Amino acid sequence: MIGKSVPRVDAYEKVTGRAKFTDDLMPPRCLVAKVLHATIGNGIVTSIDTSEAEKMEGVVKVVTFHDVPDHCYPTPGHPWSVEPAHQDVADRNLLTGRVRYYGDDIAAVIAEDEIIASRALKKIKVEYEEYPVEIHPRKSMYGSRPPIHFDKKDNVLARSNYFIGDVDKGMEEAETVVKGTYKTPIVQHCHIEAPISYAYMEKGRIVVVTSTQIPHIVRRVIGQALGIPWGRVRVIKPYIGGGFGNKQDVLYEPLNAFLTTQVGGRPVKMDISREETFCNTRTRHSIEFDLAAGVDKEGRLLAKDMHSYSNQGAYASHGHAIAANGLTSWRLQYACPNIRGEAYTIYTNTPVGGAMRGYGIPQVCFAIESFMDDVAHAIHMDPLEFRRKNLIQGYYADAYLKPIAANTNGIFECLKKGADYIHWDEKRKEYAQQTGDVRRGVGMALFSYKTGVWPISLEIAGARLSLNQDGSVQLTLGATEIGQGADTVFSQMVAETLQTDMEHVHIQTVQDTDVAPFDTGAYASRQSFVTGTAVRHCAEILRDKILAYAKTLLPEIDTTELELRDNWIWAGGEQAISLAALAEESYYSLTNSSVLTAEVSEQVKKNTIATGCCFAEVEVDIKLGKIKILHIINVHDSGKLLNPQLAEMQVHGGMSMGMGYGISEQLILDEKTGRPLNGNLLDYKLMTMLDTPDIKADFVEMEDPMGPYGNKALGEPPAIPCAPAIRNAVLHATGISFHEIPLTPQRLIDEFQKEGLL
Amino acid sequence: MYDIEKYYNAKTVSEAVTLLKEHPDARIISGGSDVLIKIREGRMAGTSLVAIRDIPEIKGIEKKENGDIYIGAGTVFSHITADPVIQKYIPVLGEAVDQVGGPQIRNIGTIGGNICNGAVSADSVPTVFSYNSLLHIANEEGGRIVPVREFYLGPGRVDLHPGEVLTHVVIPHAEYEGYHGHYIKYSMRNAMDIATLSCSVVSKVNIGEQVLEDVRITFGVAAPVPYRCTETEELLKGQKLGEELYRKLENSIRSEIHPRDSWRASKAFRLQIGGEIARRALIRTVELAEEEQGGEHA
Repeated sequence: MIGKSVPRVDAYEKVTGRAKFTDDLMPPRCLVAKVLHATIGNGIVTSIDTSEAEKMEGVVKVVTFHDVPDHCYPTPGHPWSVEPAHQDVADRNLLTGRVRYYGDDIAAVIAEDEIIASRALKKIKVEYEEYPVEIHPRKSMYGSRPPIHFDKKDNVLARSNYFIGDVDKGMEEAETVVKGTYKTPIVQHCHIEAPISYAYMEKGRIVVVTSTQIPHIVRRVIGQALGIPWGRVRVIKPYIGGGFGNKQDVLYEPLNAFLTTQVGGRPVKMDISREETFCNTRTRHSIEFDLAAGVDKEGRLLAKDMHSYSNQGAYASHGHAIAANGLTSWRLQYACPNIRGEAYTIYTNTPVGGAMRGYGIPQVCFAIESFMDDVAHAIHMDPLEFRRKNLIQGYYADAYLKPIAANTNGIFECLKKGADYIHWDEKRKEYAQQTGDVRRGVGMALFSYKTGVWPISLEIAGARLSLNQDGSVQLTLGATEIGQGADTVFSQMVAETLQTDMEHVHIQTVQDTDVAPFDTGAYASRQSFVTGTAVRHCAEILRDKILAYAKTLLPEIDTTELELRDNWIWAGGEQAISLAALAEESYYSLTNSSVLTAEVSEQVKKNTIATGCCFAEVEVDIKLGKIKILHIINVHDSGKLLNPQLAEMQVHGGMSMGMGYGISEQLILDEKTGRPLNGNLLDYKLMTMLDTPDIKADFVEMEDPMGPYGNKALGEPPAIPCAPAIRNAVLHATGISFHEIPLTPQRLIDEFQKEGLL
Repeated sequence: MYDIEKYYNAKTVSEAVTLLKEHPDARIISGGSDVLIKIREGRMAGTSLVAIRDIPEIKGIEKKENGDIYIGAGTVFSHITADPVIQKYIPVLGEAVDQVGGPQIRNIGTIGGNICNGAVSADSVPTVFSYNSLLHIANEEGGRIVPVREFYLGPGRVDLHPGEVLTHVVIPHAEYEGYHGHYIKYSMRNAMDIATLSCSVVSKVNIGEQVLEDVRITFGVAAPVPYRCTETEELLKGQKLGEELYRKLENSIRSEIHPRDSWRASKAFRLQIGGEIARRALIRTVELAEEEQGGEHA
């Protein structure tokens, strides 16, 4: 069953509209809560008057920052750490009077319906004392009075660094030293379903139904935020309409949980608008990179130096983990004896950076791969040849974090497939000397990506299987289906190990923390690898139990050679008893009935590096400042493909995000207030189908020894390499090195005018 | 949920006029693709609405005996694009409104709403300008006719008084006969977007003599209201076709339009694009004339 393109197990439910999402499940007479957002970018609330709002008919309760617990709580979807030094930064309150970014949450109205709630928000009178706003990390890191958070006087949330070899000596010995600064924008996930939740109380406990990637983490954070035992919180995750990392953070669930306690446990809904999603949930960090590299006469890297500055925004969220992940990536994949890396994560008065598909790697990949092209350009070497000369072939391991390693490494095979598809050699020559108003170019970029978070953080997954009366099995997981196809591949894994078909595997798609085994959720491209390991182990236990039970039913047969296959127990190549008959006995035998179940909770101390590349051909209309992507391909080495069709779809989606990152997407902030100027789907230029070229996805399949079924990371990687590949194609077409994405028409025209092309 | 106070559904134009007089605070809703957005954003929250969606007399397109083309204000964009009269006589208008938003918007958005909303980015408007169209407006006094070029008063403001309803957009026969048009919408993506800058060029070309006999150039988003480039038009009329003409056009456009600097695009950017799209649009109209007159000669 592994390696087959079986249909998604949720395909019919989703296509017919039967799948129930959070908004489909609202209880009757559910109240509606809306948040009052600050209209300044930095400062304090000096007074807040809610009396007019409270008088309105239909308003049930108005809650302000005065009414919420004083203590702070952390929000990122990380596994909790039992070591205080490694615990996430707790810097948020449910509502705040200390405004740290434009739109910060200061009060909430609970009303009978949405319109009354919206009207009531307008009746709340707020006065502020304003502080200067700083949206640029490299200015903010010199400190502000007062600091954004009182315990970080210089606004630096964290700094980390490492050294390998002697970078300064390497630079001195180099034939050529190249330097460059690269910058990525703030972007947003733009999942179709905006964050939504509802909360109510039952038997003294709080129940929160929410669109999240991480139900068990949401449960813990609600407990922390409200200061109540975690067991008094129950979180339910129905079908969800995408997350891409935004829902790997605890967003408005704690406030929602708090609000139901303020109205006697009546159900309260929080339906976050698209505009709020842009401004008040999470974004991808904007990061600036100062890079330098020294190469020898042959074009071999002798030394590399990186200093990066990550814009955290107003609250820590995933914080320094993002910039640190990029920093680690700097020392992987390319052979280089001397490497230095330093990263800062800095608070500013902007919307909050968090997890987003790729977790710091889309940013660092843009910087590294643009820079590698610039280095190749500087020494007049073909950029692909430069990569081949400097990439590590075969196995390599991270210098610091054991056991992170490329246990299989298909990068050279990936590059070959990509170059063949795009006709690299011919087109590099053909487009070398162009002069017209419309010019073409080809470019490429590559990446490496870890699978899961071990050993930086805990990896743990749970799985439960039980044999039904008819011989089918029931699979329950704490891992979440968020659109990526997890439920389908988990079902395939069970079918593979039990040697059965998909019809005999039933997976529970709703995670309810009261019922679902503990698993930290969907992120870090981890689930098919980490949860997959637990699923395989669990299925093996169930298989062994089935065979052991079969022995008790088949006393007359020599049972040493029993085998489970095709829903039968086989002995010596003959069908001995059907699995259905065995299952029925296990439930109803008058002598030895015992339902066959298996459950594992498994810590996974493995990690393996996936890789891949993107090749793109573009056409640049110089006078109109427009880039047209003519052809684009991603080639991935993600180990064995569990379901090739799902894998291809995942690559298509990721490439769409990657192309948008490269040419059109950016959240633009007002310099004076930090307010998003384009925080809606009209002004934020997500690519449409008419902007999207035909997308090609290809793979190099090598069975990875660490993966439970030979597989490794694929969820996030497709979004990583497209932006620098496009940027490098534009460099080839025009001779101009762009140092900042997205390559919008405005940025192109500005640069073309500066460089004399117009 | 939309915050709407009262909703009145008119079945005839005169009923709409009466309702608007009776409820002076009510706003007209046609397709709703602008009004509902404003209600959701809060700018028009709590408003009352007079709907003109179910009035048959303002829907559809008709070529009158004298050759004038009447477009009902309630005609939706997808209808205009598919209409045989438009396709035969003013194909550029069908092409222009086919660039509005996406298919769903084009199935509800109307040309009347596009004009009366007053947005400079409206995709139908530059072409309606370049054809010197007339707007027929109904009111209690029996109605009036306003040239579209006089209809725009300022940003988002049009010459439509309380109690008035736009019923038809009329393109007079003399304004389209012998002319070819081309519209270029410059936006940051290829669908679901509004124009950063737009230009509709309508020209009358004598291919035999290689002369530009007449030209009308209208820009959207280049000034507070849709903007006819009359200086450039005068400069180009009667000139020989060719690169010199196009260069003159580009330069003249860049000094005549007055786009603003904003976070969406800088003034310098819009000037660059403006000259270029006007050039490309004019060249395309010449090609269209060549295709037609060349065809006639053959």
